[in-house]
Amino acid sequence: MSVAISFQEIVKKYGDTTVIPELSLDIQKGEFFTLLGPSGCGKTTLLRMVAGFNSIEGGALAFNEKVMNDVPPGKRNIGMVFQNYAIFPHLNVSENVAFGLQNRKVSKADQQRRVSDILNTVKIDIYKDRMPKNLSGGQQQRVALARAIVINPDVLLMDEPLSNLDAQLRVDMRNAIKSIQREVGITTVYVTHDQEEAMAVSDRIAVMKSGVIQQVGSPRDIYQRPANLFVATFIGRTNVIDAKLEIGTDGEASVVVGRDYSLPMLALQSQVKPGESVAVRISVRPEEFVLSEDGRGLAGKVVNNVFLGLNTHLVVKLDNGQEVEIIQQSAANDEVNIGQTVRLAILSETINVYDASGERNLNRGTRI
Amino acid sequence: MTGRMKRWDIWSLITFVIFAGYMIFLALPLFMLLIKSFFDGTTGDFSLAYFTKFFSKAYYMNAVWNSIKVTVSVTVLSMLVAGPLAYIMTIAKIKGSGTVRILILISSMSAPFIGAYAWILLLGRNGVITNFIFDVFGFRMPDIYGFSGILLVLTLQLSPLIFMYVSGALKNVDNSLMEAAESMNCTGLRKMWKILVPLITPTLLAGGLLVFMRAFADFGTPMLIGEGYRTVPVLIFNEFISEVGGDDGFAAAISVIVVLFATAVFLLQKFVANRKSYSMSALNPIEPKKLKGIANAAAHVYVYLFTILAMMPQAYVAYTSFQKTSGKIFVDGYSLDSYRAAFAKVGDSIYNTFIMAGITIVIITLAAVLIAYVTVKRKGAVANLLDTFTMLPYIVPGSILGIALLVTFNKQPLVLSGTAVILIAAFVIRRLPYTIRSSAAVLHQVNDSIEEAAISLGASTMRTFFKITVPMMISGVFAGAIISWISIITELSTSIILYTGNTRTMTVAVYTEVVRGNYGVAAALSTLLTAITVLSLLLFFKLSGKKEVTM
Ligand SMILES: Nc1ncnc2c1ncn2[C@@H]1O[C@H](COP(=O)(O)OP(=O)(O)OP(=O)(O)O)[C@@H](O)[C@H]1O
Ligand SMILES: [Mg+2]
Repeated sequence: MSVAISFQEIVKKYGDTTVIPELSLDIQKGEFFTLLGPSGCGKTTLLRMVAGFNSIEGGALAFNEKVMNDVPPGKRNIGMVFQNYAIFPHLNVSENVAFGLQNRKVSKADQQRRVSDILNTVKIDIYKDRMPKNLSGGQQQRVALARAIVINPDVLLMDEPLSNLDAQLRVDMRNAIKSIQREVGITTVYVTHDQEEAMAVSDRIAVMKSGVIQQVGSPRDIYQRPANLFVATFIGRTNVIDAKLEIGTDGEASVVVGRDYSLPMLALQSQVKPGESVAVRISVRPEEFVLSEDGRGLAGKVVNNVFLGLNTHLVVKLDNGQEVEIIQQSAANDEVNIGQTVRLAILSETINVYDASGERNLNRGTRI
Repeated sequence: MTGRMKRWDIWSLITFVIFAGYMIFLALPLFMLLIKSFFDGTTGDFSLAYFTKFFSKAYYMNAVWNSIKVTVSVTVLSMLVAGPLAYIMTIAKIKGSGTVRILILISSMSAPFIGAYAWILLLGRNGVITNFIFDVFGFRMPDIYGFSGILLVLTLQLSPLIFMYVSGALKNVDNSLMEAAESMNCTGLRKMWKILVPLITPTLLAGGLLVFMRAFADFGTPMLIGEGYRTVPVLIFNEFISEVGGDDGFAAAISVIVVLFATAVFLLQKFVANRKSYSMSALNPIEPKKLKGIANAAAHVYVYLFTILAMMPQAYVAYTSFQKTSGKIFVDGYSLDSYRAAFAKVGDSIYNTFIMAGITIVIITLAAVLIAYVTVKRKGAVANLLDTFTMLPYIVPGSILGIALLVTFNKQPLVLSGTAVILIAAFVIRRLPYTIRSSAAVLHQVNDSIEEAAISLGASTMRTFFKITVPMMISGVFAGAIISWISIITELSTSIILYTGNTRTMTVAVYTEVVRGNYGVAAALSTLLTAITVLSLLLFFKLSGKKEVTM
């Protein structure tokens, strides 16, 4: 039975320093929800508040309306997967997995059945009698996962569970985690600072900075319509360029980049009056630049060129001295030489326009 | 533990009980000692008479001076002997180095006064070596009684401690540091002086402190081999024993001075060591290399000579235990008479030792597990205070703890003097630190998340502790318990103060038999002690999978 989790103006303090100021968030039942953010932003802190290992200094944490603030961790019916796995080194695989069941009133026969079921699900049934030290990192990870979900928790909590694995295994395991989660359907809160991993597994992602949620949304929302420049630069790569937003006398908006490269913008919201202009900053992803054929666009000089097979990465120095990154699909005879002058066109439909402070996305329909 | 909610739970109760134990059996006795030293024994008035008496009489100041001379000389000499020994054993391949290490370890684990009495048998007025040299070369060896004898015995006894400390530190020096120095053209002695010495200095100081405290507190050695060379522990013992039933305030006053002095040395060492400690761990430790020519021979001679000298007392005592005796004199031929006599005369002391040390070790094991847990995982004001309490035995000499316990518990409301309880309490307090330390060391390796995992799976605090934490600590606990056990059965300074006819231990029996001149019985008992020590060490190696001991 999984639950919805709601945070109502939750506050976390360590002594006098506030790490999380009044954070509100709703996580839906059965959802795979990820907390993403740079190191030290409070992801672990928040997760451990859900687990009950961290005290809550203000606000309320509720599972399905039931306030959990003062329920001890052992009574919250949570499954937790730790960064270092926290496998009990003196117990073998099945004993590790059975540990949580032994703390509940589950008959011996039932215990055995559930343990062997879950070991099947996570595909480590052949190692059930092994001691943990004889398991590989990925296998230990699976034991930790099995141990956390065998108790049928209401919530599954995972704090950077893959960060100790090598790159290839990380990809395999995140797929495994995702499919197991879908199969058992537990509300899952997942912490990572690897944005690609977050994109791959999550239904929704909350991007955090300094204890404050910057944006909550699906991986697609967050990548395509970042709520502010922090999110835009944190998720994926992007080029931030100063520009001017002009509203024509007819009310049509356009963004002028460089001296005279003007891009018509269809869905912007701003308080600028017709005939006036205001400074903005635009975020252009590397794939939103294309080498211009018609001579329109920003002028610049190629300073680096890296062929990566499917894609080619270019670095172009614009006339104003700023360097921008470009990703092009490699084609048979498109080699661009270093030192060559080029013009860069911008695909205006997908770029994001922010106010001068970078705090607000002016594209209409951005969900925050 | 980050941000865990402070709750009153079973751990608070456990902390409280342990705390109370320390208050009753350590803090209160030391406090009573302090009181006694400031109040006149007959009139009961406040008085500084004991202190003025102590500081104004040359007789007492002389003992202080003697103690300082002995302690400083032993400490310095031990460092000079054991430092190079550890260095040689680290860089040079020595044949049989494994055996050498174990022998050195065994030699350090016997009671120092057994060394004293063995060296008397060897180099004393009528010693076998003395007589041999006189017979062959016709000349009399210089006297070993007094300062030189104490120096010889304590240095041989205590330098293994420094050897073990420094060897441990050298193992953590990464070879690349040496190579880096060489690549910058810093080689040979200069490399050693510039790189190695600074790196191991903190360890050397820590080992030095241990040697200092032990040499300072040792009472059996000067008593036996000192022959009138009075040190402070001898003074305290004489004052206390000769005045039992009368006025023991003076012994208390000397004890207070000694404890203050020891504390000052301890704090000084902490201060110096803290300012220059490095944390090191070597990926690539220094490999011993085979030396060539003279250097190789010299290295071997140095190592073997030290080992032989260190093992000599126990080996010779074991030898004499199998000699035939006639009355108190050894005669030609071999027999088990001494053992028979030992069991007949002082068999009860063997029984007492096993029973009391056995009970002590059970208590120590339990208490150490709990204390280690409280101090490592439940930091807080009370835990810190507890940590300090467990350190106190390092600076309170055994005989002083014995006196303190005796003056506290020889009257109502709690009369314990003469019982096994008071000995066990003293043993527990004095030998807990070893087991706490080794338990805490393992516990530091146990990540907090392991316990959180258990709790998140619904286990109670106690179930988590017994099912998860304790099994993970157990190897460290047992390893420490064995070292505590060895140090209990070989300890003299507390038992000699606290024992009565019914609670005589083996070391007390050895000591009294030596004093009475019953060398055969003493040798048999000592050899038995050595045998138990060796067996315990073997068990330790097996359980811990290690080949060394940290104290
Ligand atoms: N026990 C503590 N006492 C004081 N401050 C703490 C404590 N634990 C964490 N903090 C602070 O709280 C902030 C958030 O820490 P947290 O561990 O939640 O970060 P995180 O987002 O998980 O980072 P990472 O990605 O590095 O794991 C940090 O600034 C950290 O220094
Ligand atoms: Mg974290």
